[in-house]
Amino acid sequence: MRHVYGWLLLTPAAILLVAFTHYPAVATLADSFFSAGTAVRPSRFVGLDNYAALAADPVFWQVLRNNFWFALGTIPTSIALALLMALWVNARLPARALVRLSYFTPTVLPMIAVANLWLYFYTPQIGLLDKVAGLFGAPSHNWLGNPDTVMGCVIAMTIWKEAGFFMIFYLAALQSLPPELEEAARIEGASRSYFFWRVTFPLLMPTTLFVLVNATINSFKLVDHLFILTKGGPDNASNLLLYYIYQVAFSFFDTAYAATLTVILLALLAAFAVLQFQLIERRVHYR
Amino acid sequence: MRALIGLLFAALAGTAHAQAKTELTFYYPIAVGGPLTRVIDGYVAGFEKENPGIKVNAVYAGNYDDARIKALAAQKAGQPAQMSVLFSIDIYELLEQDLIVPFDDMAKSDADKAWLKSFYPALMMNGTYKGKTYGIPFQRSTIVLYWNKDAFKEAGLDPEKAPANWDEMRSMAAKLVKKDGSGNVTRWGVMVPSTGYPYWMFQAFSRQNGQDLMSREGNSTNFAHPDVVASLQYWVDLGRKHAVMPSGTVEWGTLRQNFVEGKTAMMWHTTGNLTAVKDSAKFPFGVTMLPSSKQRGSPTGGGNWYLFKKSTPAERQAAFQFIKWITAPERAADWSIATGYVAVSPASYDTPKLKTYVSGFPAAAVARDQFRFATAELSTFQTGRVRKALDDAIQASLTGSKTPAEALKAAQAESDRLLKPYK
Repeated sequence: MRHVYGWLLLTPAAILLVAFTHYPAVATLADSFFSAGTAVRPSRFVGLDNYAALAADPVFWQVLRNNFWFALGTIPTSIALALLMALWVNARLPARALVRLSYFTPTVLPMIAVANLWLYFYTPQIGLLDKVAGLFGAPSHNWLGNPDTVMGCVIAMTIWKEAGFFMIFYLAALQSLPPELEEAARIEGASRSYFFWRVTFPLLMPTTLFVLVNATINSFKLVDHLFILTKGGPDNASNLLLYYIYQVAFSFFDTAYAATLTVILLALLAAFAVLQFQLIERRVHYR
Repeated sequence: MRALIGLLFAALAGTAHAQAKTELTFYYPIAVGGPLTRVIDGYVAGFEKENPGIKVNAVYAGNYDDARIKALAAQKAGQPAQMSVLFSIDIYELLEQDLIVPFDDMAKSDADKAWLKSFYPALMMNGTYKGKTYGIPFQRSTIVLYWNKDAFKEAGLDPEKAPANWDEMRSMAAKLVKKDGSGNVTRWGVMVPSTGYPYWMFQAFSRQNGQDLMSREGNSTNFAHPDVVASLQYWVDLGRKHAVMPSGTVEWGTLRQNFVEGKTAMMWHTTGNLTAVKDSAKFPFGVTMLPSSKQRGSPTGGGNWYLFKKSTPAERQAAFQFIKWITAPERAADWSIATGYVAVSPASYDTPKLKTYVSGFPAAAVARDQFRFATAELSTFQTGRVRKALDDAIQASLTGSKTPAEALKAAQAESDRLLKPYK
């Protein structure tokens, strides 16, 4: 009887999970072995043809490289910044709530709104960045129109958007640390940096792991800004994997190839998650 | 689930029949949104008043991409939609999915046949396939040159005379470039946007240099033709060699702001921006046709009416009637004034309403006059991929990572590969 209750309680969540997560994932995998069908030429089994096309697609390799640099550019910096901000607003300072709020504001804004704001920061000549640089006599720079700078611009904006969100987690973790530890360390005469590196930072490890997983996933799933800022251009210089999937699916209407790319994305994310949990869990102290 | 939805809609359709009313649904995209949806609702109300037997549901569906996705999904799910306004260049995709029917099958009477011929030929190019008409022009635009008359005066140029050809545009732009004491550019000569729709701007250059980029059957392109390469070279040189335009890409979305703030003396942009520039520019400006190399030229752009295959004869007849009504000269004139889109037929420019408007604001007629030189917007089978290959080639050339010749050759090779099954 207990089993029946248990299953009954699980059913609603299980149905939702299967219908909207597991079934689509399996269907995507199946679709990647078929060609995209039209009314004239129905879909047929093509085996690994879609994967061969993927291996030969230079844009796929470029978006993968771009995604790597995007992840490397955003994750460590936004985590470090989040920790720094959390330490700062955790201390006693005047108008603490206001400072916390202002750090958190970028998180509350929708990504599309943020991208529209930053579009006007980066615009040559009339943009904020160029106007400030102009005060010091620097020449106007075409930030988003240059393949060398466009990725840096997208990364900077993403860090600005994300750091405040991660700060909240660090702040919560910092406030749950027992104050006795700091008192004890002070009595023992430990310096502040020694205390941070030997006590605070290790105790924050679970939070760091959580934030790291989230930041990694975000670096693959956050592409809203590309619709506004660059549309992946110039010449794919700022194109990311998920945005490319969108282009393939809804602009090229090649659902089969989009499914193939999605399988790669899922595999990548799954691999990251396993790697992170396995490697870092050894160094994480859960209490 | 699908069967359930089907039943539900069958039930809905049943009640509609019980009232002996034909119910129509259409999707429409409006790039600018907002007040224009009210204009459409007004038309629908007007039509229903004149045709009490027909009920029309207008569904606003976001931008062109969203509208296409929604319309296709609705068709697949069996939801009723008898017609839609969709991107004019979606025709091959819709044909390939076997979703649309030609208007010729409906136009039996002489009056209907005359109506089919009443539009500007340039606007029909994107709507015809193998001699049949699948798209009726509705919200259509073209590219024009905007120039800042104050900047022209300041540079010692005749403020009433815009460049007529490529050489003039380059030399005038060179005079219009303004630099501050430390040599930084404070005003560019000319800007042509190269994000969002680079292929569209490029079609103007190549048309002016005597080449159309694709065949009428939509199954071949000629990106690597020497004259096409030369036209891309001209565009690239404006920025990289002559420095009258910023090098790299120019953002579509912020260009209008650049122009109204006087940061560029000339810009190429869609006629769809006319009303907005008129409202925000604090200096006198002119609008004219794009300059020529071998000839004038610009592609058309925008949305067409399509008739969907899945409908009853009565519904299709009613949809046909609605499209005829909403594209009639008086409505086309009204729509053009409200939006800045071009009026689609010569007859609409003869209506008193539009005549008065054009005499007070001559810029509104420039697009019409340019139709003589206009060509279809780039549209082929596999159109999304072919377009992206060209977009990437253009941006690679403008940012200097490839030469125009090698970039266009690669784009052509990609297009050949994609279009091979359609030859």
